[in-house]
Amino acid sequence: MKNWEPKILAFLCNWCSYAGADLAGTSRIQYPPNVRVIRVPCSGRINPMFILKALQEGIDGVLVSGCHPGDCHYTSGNYLARRKFAIIKRLLEYIGIEEGRVQFSWVSAAEGTKFAQVIEEVTEDVKKLGPAKKLVKNKRV
Amino acid sequence: MLDIQKRVREEAKKLLASKKVDLVIGFEEGTLPLRASPTFIYDENEVERLIWNSFCENNLAKYLVGLDGKKIGIIAKGCDTRSIVALIAEKQITREKITIIGLPCQGMLDRRKIQKAIDGEITSVSEDKEKILLKGDGFEKTLVRNEYLYPSCIVCKYRNPVIFDVLIGEKVTDKVEIDEYVEVSEYEKKSAEERWEYFTKEISKCIRCYACRQACPMCYCEECFVDSSHPKWIEKGLDLTDIAIWHITRAYHQTGRCVDCGSCERACPMEINLRFLTKKINKDVKELFNFETGLNLEVQPPLATFKLNDRQDFIK
Repeated sequence: MKNWEPKILAFLCNWCSYAGADLAGTSRIQYPPNVRVIRVPCSGRINPMFILKALQEGIDGVLVSGCHPGDCHYTSGNYLARRKFAIIKRLLEYIGIEEGRVQFSWVSAAEGTKFAQVIEEVTEDVKKLGPAKKLVKNKRV
Repeated sequence: MLDIQKRVREEAKKLLASKKVDLVIGFEEGTLPLRASPTFIYDENEVERLIWNSFCENNLAKYLVGLDGKKIGIIAKGCDTRSIVALIAEKQITREKITIIGLPCQGMLDRRKIQKAIDGEITSVSEDKEKILLKGDGFEKTLVRNEYLYPSCIVCKYRNPVIFDVLIGEKVTDKVEIDEYVEVSEYEKKSAEERWEYFTKEISKCIRCYACRQACPMCYCEECFVDSSHPKWIEKGLDLTDIAIWHITRAYHQTGRCVDCGSCERACPMEINLRFLTKKINKDVKELFNFETGLNLEVQPPLATFKLNDRQDFIK
């Protein structure tokens, strides 16, 4: 466990955060390689089951990122998502999942530096928490 | 109680005879003492089957969705009417087709709690406003009614029907000042480890029978996510993580829809504390979106809408 590195899964919306990640890459901004990206059409596409499933499959931290309020390509996807996220985040913490395992952010297509910074913060938080154990199926020791 | 029962029967007879409804959903005597079963009366000559007592605990709104298209008369307590409002808001049923016979509710009695207070088998039960009289082989016992209410009924704020076409009985005083979230607030104060321990202790009793889902009026999906095999969201076994995801998602799907009638908990054969999850969601919905389910037909369910200034302090 000495060399343990967290696995972070990032759901990025196609129109803002994914383009933000792209900008971070083309701008050669360094950020931790712990993140695995799944591109989704909109943060409103995120079914909380995705988050639960990721944790069950052994992901140590989940990040969901979408367009800033007002910027949604589909006008209101991120507003609707914001309500869902507030509920699921509180519920997960309520049952005892550590705060910080599941995080949310708004990153626009112009915010390459913010994207790198968010990934750094999330990675740092999850490193502090250690490997996820609670919802993980078939725990490997 | 008997007087109300008589009036329920009269009302049902009137509705059926005048063809205002095709059927009346109500309760009949259960096969065991302390039980009442939901029943469907199509014939005006059968209204004598209908009963009303403190064991009419099921949320009858459950049956409305499957019967949509028919003209239905339904006997409804405070919580049942709130579920009806929620179902109308979700466009699952049509208000015009439903005749609600509203009954103010004094709280339903917890059959398990009563059975635990008694040694031996209860064979008959009678009740008045304050007392329950239980009889069995060689014993007779009187209990104080208010000490044996269901947990959901103890913290119930809306005991009178919120909508009705006919109201039978006197309205009771709503206990609006009650803090219904006491348990949730207490639980929130514990450490994450303690909370996880309690959560896993409770859900590890689960045998995945889905009785909680079957009893819930808001669980009307044609295919539940646990039954879906494509995609297979979770596996069928008794792995703790699968059970956990079932319970988390069941509660989450109730966001802004649960009226805390307690049907899920009563249906649970393993006596899992299911309300501690849905109650948390209700509390958050109230805090974040200032919404309480089933009180107002004009207000949209919270996840179907949004406000520009919704809280987002948790988003980076």
